[in-house]
Amino acid sequence: MAEVRLESVCKHFDEVVAVDNFNMSIKDKEFVVLVGPSGCGKTTTLRMIAGLESITSGDVYIGDRLINRLPAKDRNIAMVFQNYALYPHMTVFDNMAFSLEMRKRPKDEVKQRVQEAAEILGIQPLLSRKPKQLSGGQRQRVAVGRAIVRKPEVFLFDEPLSNLDAKLRVQTRLELKKLHERLATTAVYVTHDQIEAMTMGDRIVVMRDGLIQQIGSPLELYDTPANKFVGGFIGSPAMNFFDAELNGQADSACLQVGEVRIDLPPEKSKQLADYQHKQIVVGIRPEDLKVTGEHSPGKTIQGTVEVVEPIGNETYVDFNAGSFSLIAAVGRKSQIKAHSSLVVEPSIDNLHLFDVENGKAIR
Amino acid sequence: MAIERAGSKLLKFYVPLVLYLIFLLFPFYWMFNTVFKADTELYNLNLNPFYIHTWTLNNIVKLFTETIFLRWMANTFFVAITATVISLVASLLAAYAIQRLRFKTSGPTGVAIFLGYLVPQTILFIPLAHIIFKLRLWDSLWALVLTYPTFLIPFCTWLLMGYFKSIPKEMEECAMIDGASRIKIFRRIILPLCLPGVLSAGIFCFTLSWNEYLYALAFISSTAKKTVPIGLVTELVRGDVYHWGSLMAGALCASVPVALVYSFFVEHYVAGMTGALKE
Repeated sequence: MAEVRLESVCKHFDEVVAVDNFNMSIKDKEFVVLVGPSGCGKTTTLRMIAGLESITSGDVYIGDRLINRLPAKDRNIAMVFQNYALYPHMTVFDNMAFSLEMRKRPKDEVKQRVQEAAEILGIQPLLSRKPKQLSGGQRQRVAVGRAIVRKPEVFLFDEPLSNLDAKLRVQTRLELKKLHERLATTAVYVTHDQIEAMTMGDRIVVMRDGLIQQIGSPLELYDTPANKFVGGFIGSPAMNFFDAELNGQADSACLQVGEVRIDLPPEKSKQLADYQHKQIVVGIRPEDLKVTGEHSPGKTIQGTVEVVEPIGNETYVDFNAGSFSLIAAVGRKSQIKAHSSLVVEPSIDNLHLFDVENGKAIR
Repeated sequence: MAIERAGSKLLKFYVPLVLYLIFLLFPFYWMFNTVFKADTELYNLNLNPFYIHTWTLNNIVKLFTETIFLRWMANTFFVAITATVISLVASLLAAYAIQRLRFKTSGPTGVAIFLGYLVPQTILFIPLAHIIFKLRLWDSLWALVLTYPTFLIPFCTWLLMGYFKSIPKEMEECAMIDGASRIKIFRRIILPLCLPGVLSAGIFCFTLSWNEYLYALAFISSTAKKTVPIGLVTELVRGDVYHWGSLMAGALCASVPVALVYSFFVEHYVAGMTGALKE
């Protein structure tokens, strides 16, 4: 039973600010994913929770305990590393039993708990093997087994799936999610893969340059990104962005990019009153562009198809609309061919608008 | 095609290998050849020098009866093993500290240790002699035990630093989270993983100590306290008379322990030198 709380946590490496003013409360049994590009501070944050990195300023609590100065071994956490960090000279059993042995648990208990964990993960036949005799997926299971055997208060995962092939990754993330539900333990998971974040996290923390960009449930982040970075980072293919000028009247504004015009409804126009005759960034997700037959200026965008990418369950079309390009999801059985003309209608309700200067969402 | 490939392999691999082996093994052959020849045959230029015409064990008998060769061997063993153990313990701790504890001066300390290795023995033995004299260790085997680590520790520390570097940091961090102390991590995780490196460093220390000449010559004067390299040269070269047969018998006997050590640990030695750590 543990809540993890980070209050104004900062980490500096000499002049470099790795994590800046990180505030978050992770609820008991919650699965939180820290996601962001390389160097955004997600792993550093995780390592500070683990006690592998000192905290420059701020406080970290597990439950009611302030753990800033507590050694890693006394924090009652378990961590799964990206390279699994299995001890190569020990068998799987010894690897899993190591933490219990270090805590001087009786031999019978060690054996029983290792067996239990091995059973949960289906790795009983591997217990007498050495890590070099295991496949990547099996090693990953052993690493997880080593973490769960101790029944810690918090699980920390540092990109544990990134060394697996694509198919195994999908399968393993499902298993990890099931395992989390079964064990009902607080988990903090670091990844750079936004799909992993979306599928696994109860809540996701998007980070960039050491700063939290947004915290929210997967669909909150997808539907209402706080800024252009989150909008672009979450979702695959990424959200389409183009700069447009806001023209027209206060209650009937339109977005203008060269020849292309998108009329906005009165409510949205009023919301954007401050941006009249200014540039704003328009974001639209590929699935919010609907293919239509006839071009209707103000409602649709016309362009020429450049590339068609069928991926099986969906087909993506990359088309040029004059001064900008867009990717549209056109459904599975689309007959659209490259170099043909295409008309799409953006869903006005799902249009995302961002401030050009600070990238923040305009709501 | 296959014949061409075999011919090419013969020319590029086996011929150079055989030539190199001849080059390497010829001194051993010459030692062996000289040991079992009488002096009269050795100095007779009309006979084929690569062949033993009349076999004799006189040179070996002379070595063991007219000198205290076994005592020299014992001395050499004592010095080599003690210096090796001291150097290994010091190097293991130093290399681990420099590589893993990452204190502020860890980088410069590593470089300073390496620079110590670059100072030639021929320069270092003068101040060392002064220290040995002050410590009243002159003409004692402990003089060698204490001075050999001056050239053994720097090399071993560097060899082991490279080895420690190849062990993923996460393994130690994981052990730390698992509840192990630094000492336990060192003993249970690092040492077993570095065994090839430790063995290589040990073999290196043992061989260098076994063969060391300059310090032994400078710091030891009593016949009973000499090591093999010094004992042979000072007792079997009398004035301008070289007792070649017994000298070579001594050299041959003295190379046996080193050859045995290498043959037992050759696999670990190669793995250690190439820093191969398999997960």
